[in-house]
Amino acid sequence: MTAPAPGSAVSEAPDAGPSDAGHAAAGAAGPMRTRVYAVRRTRRETPDVLTLELEPGVDGEVEASAPGQFNMLYAFGVGEAPISVSGDPGASGRLVHTIRSVGATTRALCGLRRGDPVGVRGPYGTSWPVAEAEGRDVLAVAGGIGLAPLRGAFARILARRDRYGRVSLLYGARSPRDVVFEEDLRRWRSRFDVEVEITVDHAVGLWRGHVGVVTPLLDYAHVDPDDCVAMLCGPEVMMRHVARDLGRRGVASDRIHVSLERNMECGVGLCGHCQLGGELVCRDGPVFRWDRAEPLLRVREL
Amino acid sequence: MHVIQREGLDALIRQLSAEGRTVLGPTVDGGAIALGQIGSARDLPEGWTDEQEGGFYRLRRREDRALFGYAVGPRSWKAWLHPAEMRLWRARRTDGAFELEAEDAPIPRYAFLGVRPCELHAIRIQAHVLAGGAHPDPGYRARREEAFLVAVNCGEPGGTCFCASMGTGPGADDGYDLVLTEIPDPGDPGGATRFTAEAGSARGEEVLGRIPVREASSGEVDAARAVVEEAAGRMGRSLGAEGLPELLAASPEHPRWGETAERCLACGNCTLVCPTCFCTSVDDTTDLTGEVAERWRRWDSCFAADFSYIHGGSVRGSRASRYRQWLTHKLGTWHEQFGTSGCVGCGRCITWCPVGIDLTEEVAALRRTPVPAAAPGRAADAPTSGGEP
Amino acid sequence: MRGLEQLLAEHPFFEGMRGEDLALIAGCGKNARFGAGEYLFREGEPADHFFLLRSGMVSVEVHDPARGTITVLSAGEGEVLGFSWLMPPYHWVFDARALDLTRSVVFDGACLREKCEGDPRLGYDLLKRVTGVMMRRLEAASVQLLDVYGGAAAS
Repeated sequence: MTAPAPGSAVSEAPDAGPSDAGHAAAGAAGPMRTRVYAVRRTRRETPDVLTLELEPGVDGEVEASAPGQFNMLYAFGVGEAPISVSGDPGASGRLVHTIRSVGATTRALCGLRRGDPVGVRGPYGTSWPVAEAEGRDVLAVAGGIGLAPLRGAFARILARRDRYGRVSLLYGARSPRDVVFEEDLRRWRSRFDVEVEITVDHAVGLWRGHVGVVTPLLDYAHVDPDDCVAMLCGPEVMMRHVARDLGRRGVASDRIHVSLERNMECGVGLCGHCQLGGELVCRDGPVFRWDRAEPLLRVREL
Repeated sequence: MHVIQREGLDALIRQLSAEGRTVLGPTVDGGAIALGQIGSARDLPEGWTDEQEGGFYRLRRREDRALFGYAVGPRSWKAWLHPAEMRLWRARRTDGAFELEAEDAPIPRYAFLGVRPCELHAIRIQAHVLAGGAHPDPGYRARREEAFLVAVNCGEPGGTCFCASMGTGPGADDGYDLVLTEIPDPGDPGGATRFTAEAGSARGEEVLGRIPVREASSGEVDAARAVVEEAAGRMGRSLGAEGLPELLAASPEHPRWGETAERCLACGNCTLVCPTCFCTSVDDTTDLTGEVAERWRRWDSCFAADFSYIHGGSVRGSRASRYRQWLTHKLGTWHEQFGTSGCVGCGRCITWCPVGIDLTEEVAALRRTPVPAAAPGRAADAPTSGGEP
Repeated sequence: MRGLEQLLAEHPFFEGMRGEDLALIAGCGKNARFGAGEYLFREGEPADHFFLLRSGMVSVEVHDPARGTITVLSAGEGEVLGFSWLMPPYHWVFDARALDLTRSVVFDGACLREKCEGDPRLGYDLLKRVTGVMMRRLEAASVQLLDVYGGAAAS
């Protein structure tokens, strides 16, 4: 072929007129502009997990968000990552996020200290069906860092406890060292109107609780399969197995909700990265009903 | 309907320039039809045509002096409306925090001369994706609004064109400011061509009023219609588009994906040349002092190995899954996400694929063989299907 | 070509089983062949088959979106696969994929259950054999979980 190579066809700045469109941010960048917040408090949950409480800087009020949604958090000069809201924003008026350090951006976010600035864009995405679950039993099943996106929903449910039937939380972590939100778990466990069961994959030393994967804990959750709403959050393999087990126990697939994760560059439906079949996880998720998610997750490498 | 002669075309270009627009159009560059800045009709590819096939592109000389006697080249207008690289914002550290600078760069004002009907649809499709959702890109919206579109109906469909199958051409319906159809001079067939012209918007009317035009004769009106009708019958390819979303949704395990992946290089050419592909990535950078940060946006391709990377690895690791993603999205799930097909039948992906993968052929192959049903094995002497070619 | 009963008699899983019982069970089975890359069963699909592997190698797998396909177990000549047919509501929990040409006797689960209900003594024998395999697999899986070798991936 004698045509210009595709590399040169797109990397050269097109001939332009008054302003060089290849390099100028012509017009506002709009939804990609981040708002500057400040870190008010940090708490180290585990060696690689940090919870941040954020307050808006001069940019004003915290945007109302619902548990299940996420914000794009920006570490100055490093990058942005989609992080689920992990607290109930109604409570403190602050934005709470729990971050696990797995790459350059999350490592930078986990290195933040009180007073440091953070960029926030959002909130985006769908939320847990906290309102729809009213009048029914609630079962929350979390694995690992998956407890973070569920924490706000659980707190909200407990704040209006009388609107729900039986409420159960099952949590599985890798080891006792990896359990997050220990204080919250203890506090919830000490209530008489909530069931909390925790298990770890393996334990060394003084752990006297369950050991094993989280699915057997379903035997301890006294919720009515015919009249409950289940919210699952954790590694995808875990959610698939728990959802199928719940199905075997009679929970309808439109009463099971999962939180999915895919690569996100923009979080606002413009970059194309977070596609899962016909869904955009940033817009149609991250919380999905299982009857919608299951056929998509069944296809490898979709 | 009006008619413009060559001088009128020059006047049109001058008029658009005088309005402060950068006029862009097709030129011959590097052995292909490339889009670039033009100053007059002399810059247009007079007397050229193209020969296109899967993985093949050559320019050929025509016997006449047509200015638009070819199909589309590798470039599309998306390079200007949705630039390949763009800085979204710049921020500076302030005392204990940081601050984003206000955006004050002027919005470029373009005039695109020679927008084909398939490209009008592509622009509309991309505008819907980028500016028609809950979080519209204001930069795209502004550039699109400022772009004056002079469409040209197709008289010379290419070997890989199938706009007729997709309902996107060869004639333009709407979405333009002006539309031209090139017709030969009946008294001088080997001489300069002329153009019928119609406005499609108020500003198109206004521009038309400022250049030398005359009323078209009924013969000229007929000639213009004939150009488009005839072109519709000379498409190089066709695509059976009915039921495609359903077909693709049922085919994720089809063995064809693995077969085509053997040929596909995952080079991403198809996504570069496709006029509707819009995927981008974001790069956050800082200068050496760490005091100034910038956020850039650049084109990305779903064929890139890390396009679908989440902690631990890429969801679409195999080439087969990436080819499946591109085709299924373009012809299938785009409907679910954005309400239309993502394909306009321009044929660029076929021409510019180094190994000539042809999506019309891929669709035909998917239709031809039924999706293998999952079954626990088969009798020992029954023929196997699935993993074997 | 040997009859199905003969094949069963030679397979370690059925070692010591009476001829009449083998004949009864053989009625529920048929020979099958899986080419390399073909699935014996897929996660989530209805599970009502039991596989007696005669030759070849099968990988029992889980697919993780980021890490790709993870093999949790391999099974080959002389082994068996598939217990989901024992307990309702009969769905596969993992994928099983033939790594190379695999020959198997495939038993229909509903048929086996019917035979067992009709002859509890046969049912008990079959269940003991199945339980034996499960116990050995469970012990092995627990040791696998210990991650005793350590290395880069261990925390």
